[in-house]
Amino acid sequence: MTKYNSSLQLSGLEPLIVTPESNFVNVGERTNVTGSRRFAKLILEDKYDDALAVARDQVEGGAQILDVNMDEGMLDGKEAMVKFLNLIAAEPDISRIPIMIDSSKWEIIEAGLKCVQGKCVVNSISLKEGEEAFIAHAKKVKRYGAAVIVMAFDEDGQADSYERRIEICKRSYDILVDVVKFPKNDIIFDPNIFPVATGIEEHNNNALDYFRATKWIRENLPGAHVSGGVSNVSFSFRGNDKVREAMHSAFLYHAIQNGMDMGIVNPAMLEVYDDIPKDLLEMVEDVLLNRRPDSTERLLEFAETVKGDGKKLVRDDSWRKESVEKRLAHALVKGIVEFIDEDTEEARVKYERPLKVIEGPLMEGMNIVGDLFGSGKMFLPQVVKSARVMKKAVAYLLPYLEEEKAERLNNPDHNLGAEDSGRKILMATVKGDVHDIGKNIVGVVLACNNFEIIDMGVMVPADKILDRAIAENVDVIGLSGLITPSLDEMVHVAKEMERRGIKIPLMIGGATTSRIHTAVKIDPVFSGAVVHVHDASKSVPVAGDLISNERKEAYYASIKSEYAQLREEHANRKQIKNYIPYSQALENRLKVDWENKEYTTPTFIGNKTFNEYDISEIREYIDWTPFFQTWMLKGKYPKIFENEVIGVEAKKLFDDAQVVLSEIIDKNLLYANAVVGFYPANAVGDDIEVYTDESRTEIKTVFHSLRQQGKKGDGIPNMSLADFVAPKSTNKQDYIGGFAVTAGVGIEPLIEKYEKDHDDYNSIMVKAVADRLAEAFAELMHAKVRRELWGYAKNENLDNESLIKEDYQGIRPAPGYPACPDHTEKAILFDLLEVERNTGITLTESFAMYPASSVSGFYFMHEEAKYFGLGKIEKDQVQDYAKRKGMSVELVEKWLSPNLSYDV
Amino acid sequence: MAIDIKEILKERILVLDGAMGTMIQRHILEEEDFRGEKFKDHGYSLKGNNDLLSITRPDIIKDIHRQYLLAGADIIETNTFSGTTIAQADYHLEYAVYDINYESAKIAREVADEITALEPHKPRFVAGSIGPTNRTASLSPDVNDPGFRAVTFDQLVEAYKEQVIALTDGGVDILLVETVFDTLNAKAALFAIEEVSEEKGKEWPIMVSGTITDASGRTLSGQTTQAFLISVAHMPLLSIGLNCALGAAQLRPYLETLSDKAEFHTSAHPNAGLPNEFGEYDQTAEEMASQIEDFLSNGFLNIVGGCCGTTPDHIKAIADVAAKHKPRSIVRLELEADGQAS
Repeated sequence: MTKYNSSLQLSGLEPLIVTPESNFVNVGERTNVTGSRRFAKLILEDKYDDALAVARDQVEGGAQILDVNMDEGMLDGKEAMVKFLNLIAAEPDISRIPIMIDSSKWEIIEAGLKCVQGKCVVNSISLKEGEEAFIAHAKKVKRYGAAVIVMAFDEDGQADSYERRIEICKRSYDILVDVVKFPKNDIIFDPNIFPVATGIEEHNNNALDYFRATKWIRENLPGAHVSGGVSNVSFSFRGNDKVREAMHSAFLYHAIQNGMDMGIVNPAMLEVYDDIPKDLLEMVEDVLLNRRPDSTERLLEFAETVKGDGKKLVRDDSWRKESVEKRLAHALVKGIVEFIDEDTEEARVKYERPLKVIEGPLMEGMNIVGDLFGSGKMFLPQVVKSARVMKKAVAYLLPYLEEEKAERLNNPDHNLGAEDSGRKILMATVKGDVHDIGKNIVGVVLACNNFEIIDMGVMVPADKILDRAIAENVDVIGLSGLITPSLDEMVHVAKEMERRGIKIPLMIGGATTSRIHTAVKIDPVFSGAVVHVHDASKSVPVAGDLISNERKEAYYASIKSEYAQLREEHANRKQIKNYIPYSQALENRLKVDWENKEYTTPTFIGNKTFNEYDISEIREYIDWTPFFQTWMLKGKYPKIFENEVIGVEAKKLFDDAQVVLSEIIDKNLLYANAVVGFYPANAVGDDIEVYTDESRTEIKTVFHSLRQQGKKGDGIPNMSLADFVAPKSTNKQDYIGGFAVTAGVGIEPLIEKYEKDHDDYNSIMVKAVADRLAEAFAELMHAKVRRELWGYAKNENLDNESLIKEDYQGIRPAPGYPACPDHTEKAILFDLLEVERNTGITLTESFAMYPASSVSGFYFMHEEAKYFGLGKIEKDQVQDYAKRKGMSVELVEKWLSPNLSYDV
Repeated sequence: MAIDIKEILKERILVLDGAMGTMIQRHILEEEDFRGEKFKDHGYSLKGNNDLLSITRPDIIKDIHRQYLLAGADIIETNTFSGTTIAQADYHLEYAVYDINYESAKIAREVADEITALEPHKPRFVAGSIGPTNRTASLSPDVNDPGFRAVTFDQLVEAYKEQVIALTDGGVDILLVETVFDTLNAKAALFAIEEVSEEKGKEWPIMVSGTITDASGRTLSGQTTQAFLISVAHMPLLSIGLNCALGAAQLRPYLETLSDKAEFHTSAHPNAGLPNEFGEYDQTAEEMASQIEDFLSNGFLNIVGGCCGTTPDHIKAIADVAAKHKPRSIVRLELEADGQAS
């Protein structure tokens, strides 16, 4: 037999194991609307913060299990139970102990069982409504994984004698053990504690019968435990705490002697047994044990003489005597909101300026929280709670902050400090990641520190982050992520910032992020300031330094040099490889039967322009789904209109877009230009040679493609765009096409007009519509190319839906996209097609196209041509590629850095 | 299953397989691989939805199962870690959940049977992997509203039931509720399993494996190891254990607790060490196996395998050390307690 066999094991965040050797387990009873008028009032008035303080008092006062009861006629008991239990779950210093879900209504009990992660106790079930209900409830309790209190109650009523008590308990026990197979150790009997000294003779044995029944249960029902609501016994002495406390202690003393091992007791209403005055104790025990016929009268008489205020609450309030700074820190660390207003007020008076309170004692408190969290001494729910205390304190200070700001604005001599002007921080969990708890914490902590937070939520793509950052003119961008792929996405955001010339400082945070990753992967790709923030508490000083006009230059420089050094140290470390040599990748190219392929000669060789193309025709090719994505409405067009939540909004947006589109068409506001070119071409290794004419003697230009180098499974090729053109060695007459389209010519005056009117909506709308038009134009031209201009799919007949699904032969990959991530190839394409002269699209120094609503790319005709992602490549390929392109390895590495398998 | 796994567990330490995601990553799959023919028209990106590969690239998944079995794994986990309507909602693939689980179970079953036929003395088992979902029932995602819950117990039970029905339809031997970071989620899974067992009139051995997230020694939802054990011990589990988040070395104190307290078999499938600064796991098979050998020589475990970053090499090394040690002996839970004994 092991030491656990006869134990009742419960849990909150921490275990509670009740063995025969355990001391009496004390169940806190104050969070019970039927037992505490104060608690009932708090719940009815929806003062859940104060109600939580009651729970915390119970735990700090020594309760080992917390009884929660919401049986009150004026209350939706189920809702209150769920709400309170969920709130308790967020309070680790309360939820560390197991919960006792207390209700006379099964539906409330079951609702409660669905909220508690630990092994709790159900209080209670009984045979009151017959065996069927009893069995059904017991089965459910078992399935939810809880222990159960069984009341000595049956179809005939509550047991009020020794015999009835043991009879009902035995019957209940047998059903539980034999029928339900309920674990014996999880059965707790409550054989009814009734008041004594009521003046009614039949009540004189109430305590004694309980003691005897308890003894019988422990001796005859193996494994079972005994509990009870102790305060009932002293019901007659309400108002006389001195006597009640003595009665509770004496009752417990005897009950425990007889085997009671758990009980609902207010520890604040409990005298130490040995400290009860001897005369009082004697009279109390006379009553409890029914030792003399006049015991009740004697105790009542005596009670008149000892009306005292009873014992004070035994919780540790000593921290309230500390300095205001220490009190604030204590409240933050412990997550106690009860005194935060008064303490914050005291600090505000002391520190004169409200901001000093935040920057001083409150931040110091949060730093302690951060340090404790960082060292594993606090865990997540506690930190979240601390943040909430912080928020309450700041909320209290807010009117004073506003007042101060207003005063300073009215005083022209008083220079507005930098701290008040720009403190806007944009936060986002990067694309592909749904974890945001950490980000939310940082957001709250920063908001508490007078930073304005723009939280974009989760799964936010880089372009949305950056567009918003620019639109809101933020001072710092905070990126968060928890999963490993988010690291790459953060690098991507930084790269995008660099590409777009955005210099806003960047903060990096989240579980898998690190200083070293930031130093090695992000810092080098971004010329602005980027800092890894270890945890929420560090976010405030970091953000402060990044923004401060006086400090930022020095701070940027110190971070840059710190990260440079880290990189250097890192460079000496070994790498793990999951790649194959480039030579092997080349051999594992896509196998195409070039001999038996059909080749189609385009209708022209050279370039052809299509300027001022009819936008009403392009309009028919629009794929609207990404348009809604732009507006963060998730859903597929046109099904999105049926969406319950966003359907109406989506429809409104769509209608507005139609208005804008029609206006664009009617008033010729935008021009759509395109150039398409076809050239004889053959692959040579991973290069695609483009020839001047069919003689294929003079090389006009060369496109350079890159090959996947990751280790592939059997039969899976390492792809390259060069695989989609017949190799020169086959002597086959193959071709490549190229295109550039724009729908954004003339967009600037339009946007300017809207922005002047502060009409962000239409300004974005025009851009979004132009983007869609550009994509539609690319789609339209591709169709035209397939069916007419190149003409390899003359009989193709696809509707717009199928076009969107790309159900056609051939692809049109774009430089800078996954299959050919090198943006510099765009320059070669632009030269070949004379894009600037033909369409008006220009390339920026980062090879971005202007107007932004432009698309360019290659055409490959063969059915084997599929979109793919390059993935990471190794140095051997980079060196080869650099040689082929006539670029330095360093320059190639710069442009391809997201695709490098190694650190530069 | 013809052979009772409980009998085998008396004789030897059983080996669980290693990481699925790590092996899938070796293939560098693209959007089209995930979509396959069946989901080629799905309106949302499916890349990264590894569970879907059981349908669209079963060749890859079967190959991974085979590699682990040949490396010496006795139990393979189905490729269904995210196979609930809740987790698949990210991909708008709720409707595919039954198929994902059924097909995953089916292909794992096929490969396990294939290897069992080769080595009848070492029967292979299939454990249906039941992940935590991406929502927590006892934590609020909103710091300003601690009482809020993004998912309810009932929603979890419903989602888990669907998964369990499909996994068992597909022929798994065991159900593995794993990577438990919120115990309430796990309790919902166990609740669902019991309901399915009742409806199907059949019971499956259940393994539960929790996740200690960091040096605090707690689950994400704040429980200590022992509190976690107690919270799920109402079910007659085949095993209780820990996996993910930590490497073997970091798991030691918590495994010791489980080994000491649990009346069930114990399991561990740690990560290949802690991730380096780039989120990669670089612990070698030998290093991991030597850390696990420490557990085994101390008699902490009955079932051992690997989680993130582990490969067939790791499992081979682990299987080699597992073969050298005796399983942990568990004192059978005696329900007969007289309440007075000590």
